[in-house]
Amino acid sequence: MIERNMKKIFLVVGLLITTAIIFLHCKNNSASELEASVGRGQKVYEQYCLSCHQADGSGVPHLNPSLIKTSYVLGDPATLINVVKQGLSGVEIDGETYSNPMPSFDNVLNEQQIADVLTYIRNNFGNKADVITVEQVKENKTASTK
Amino acid sequence: MRYFAASKNQLMNTEQILSKNMQDFSAFRNNVVNAGLMTMLTIIFLTACQGPSEKESAKESATTSSTIGLVLPEGFSASIVADSVGKARHIAITSKGDIYVKLASTKDGKGILFLHDSNGDGIADENTGFGNYGGTGIYIKNNYLYASSNEDIYRYALDNDGKVTDTNQAEKIVTGLIDRNQHNTKSLVLDNDGNVYVNIGAYSNACQEKDRTEGSAGMQPCPILDSAAGIWQFKADRPNQSYGNGVRYATGLRNVVGLDWNSDKNQLFVLPHGRDMLFQLYPKLFDEKQGAELPAETMYAINKGDDAGWPYIYYDHIQKKKILAPEYGGDGKKTSGEKAIDPVAAFPGHLAPNGLLFYTGSMFPERYKNGAFIAFHGSWNRSPEPQKGYFVAFVPYSDGKPSGEWETFADNFAGTEIINSPGDAKHRPCGLAQGPDGALYVSDDVKGTIYRITYKGK
Repeated sequence: MIERNMKKIFLVVGLLITTAIIFLHCKNNSASELEASVGRGQKVYEQYCLSCHQADGSGVPHLNPSLIKTSYVLGDPATLINVVKQGLSGVEIDGETYSNPMPSFDNVLNEQQIADVLTYIRNNFGNKADVITVEQVKENKTASTK
Repeated sequence: MRYFAASKNQLMNTEQILSKNMQDFSAFRNNVVNAGLMTMLTIIFLTACQGPSEKESAKESATTSSTIGLVLPEGFSASIVADSVGKARHIAITSKGDIYVKLASTKDGKGILFLHDSNGDGIADENTGFGNYGGTGIYIKNNYLYASSNEDIYRYALDNDGKVTDTNQAEKIVTGLIDRNQHNTKSLVLDNDGNVYVNIGAYSNACQEKDRTEGSAGMQPCPILDSAAGIWQFKADRPNQSYGNGVRYATGLRNVVGLDWNSDKNQLFVLPHGRDMLFQLYPKLFDEKQGAELPAETMYAINKGDDAGWPYIYYDHIQKKKILAPEYGGDGKKTSGEKAIDPVAAFPGHLAPNGLLFYTGSMFPERYKNGAFIAFHGSWNRSPEPQKGYFVAFVPYSDGKPSGEWETFADNFAGTEIINSPGDAKHRPCGLAQGPDGALYVSDDVKGTIYRITYKGK
């Protein structure tokens, strides 16, 4: 009887471990890399971006651009990386003009943080777009302000 | 990287344990319990590798309210004169009760709308337009309609019915005012002596060397003050004036959007938008709540030559003091700006006063006479705290001075109690004007609604 119960316990433990393994395998696929980057990116967003672009990414009409399904956010990663590195002012996005300037974050955020926050934005607020990698951020050395 | 390395080791260990346990598993193959466990396992396999579940958007706002929804003091009621006219900024009402609306950006090539109620049912059924430029300022004085783009001021002659005689005959009064995107709207008002007053907003938040950048110092002296961050005075009837012909009437005003001429006192009153980002730029000096509440929004009575102190100081309505800006060595406590004027009224931070009207009508009860209505467009820089504003306030006046605390007059333009971001607001009050019968008109630049607020008594 005791042996039976012991074996049952082993079985349950085994199943739990199996489950853990499956989850660990998942951690190694791209979905989990995305999740990790999004998680880190959210923290960057909350500290540096939220005050202007707002908690829901809707921005401020006429002042600070919306990040919800805009051509900038879903478009060319290089453009987006440049916006974070160089800042932006007096821009028209999808027919709306925005008058507040965005400062350069080149000296504020490191390359990993830029990749993470852009990945977060591109996969939040109803957006669905490719991950932006550290390598892409590193490649983007054009016209550095510093 | 360290995280992944650890996972790999863990993975190898668990695989060894697993193989041992799989033997136990076969031994119990016939046990009835297994069927249930297998089902569980299947579910785990099916669900484990799914990506993060789609977050549901809670912003599905499908409610179309048939009622107007404004909250007003007893005896007042509101109606909608026009809807969906465009991004309605300031408004002006003619002697016949027709409405001129300045649009932030042109709609079908028209930047100024003329709204007319042909059958007297209180709804404008005629909507025509002209003026191929966006902007904010519009004002009627001495049979002329004045309107501004973000660089120029134009005027149009009016006929005896208050209608523009020829919409193609725009006379350019002022030209070449600074427009560097930020704070570029040119609100305007006229006095009774043939002068036009126009806001030229600072193309900066706090005159830092690098605008809105943490750690960047304030420029000393601030070079923006020569050509912006103030009110300029021009002749109301002379064409093609620019900086050389005008007078810098008042300085140290970051960006005035709401302004009016107080005929009772024969004086200009203005409400600049206070600076942004005290918490974001100086997290060691200000917490989130202080950043949301400070600096005060302020109302100033202006005399020629006045300096309201931007960018060197800001007004703290809690300490009731002029405080040295952190860009210039301030710490949230040090006072400064002894030469700067004091506000006549102060309000919580970031409410964005976009419209000011001194009420001279006789429709409203006596206590409203000569008092100030203020359209607060509503904040964005209070986040992560909830936003505030999105209402029309009233400040009672007597002898040309505030005679009591400010109060909320018309509320719930936003149509929702908690406003986390400006996008949550269905309407945002922007411009104010008084009808010939004493009704108060309010414009909204989100949906383009024009409200008419009347008093019927009990």
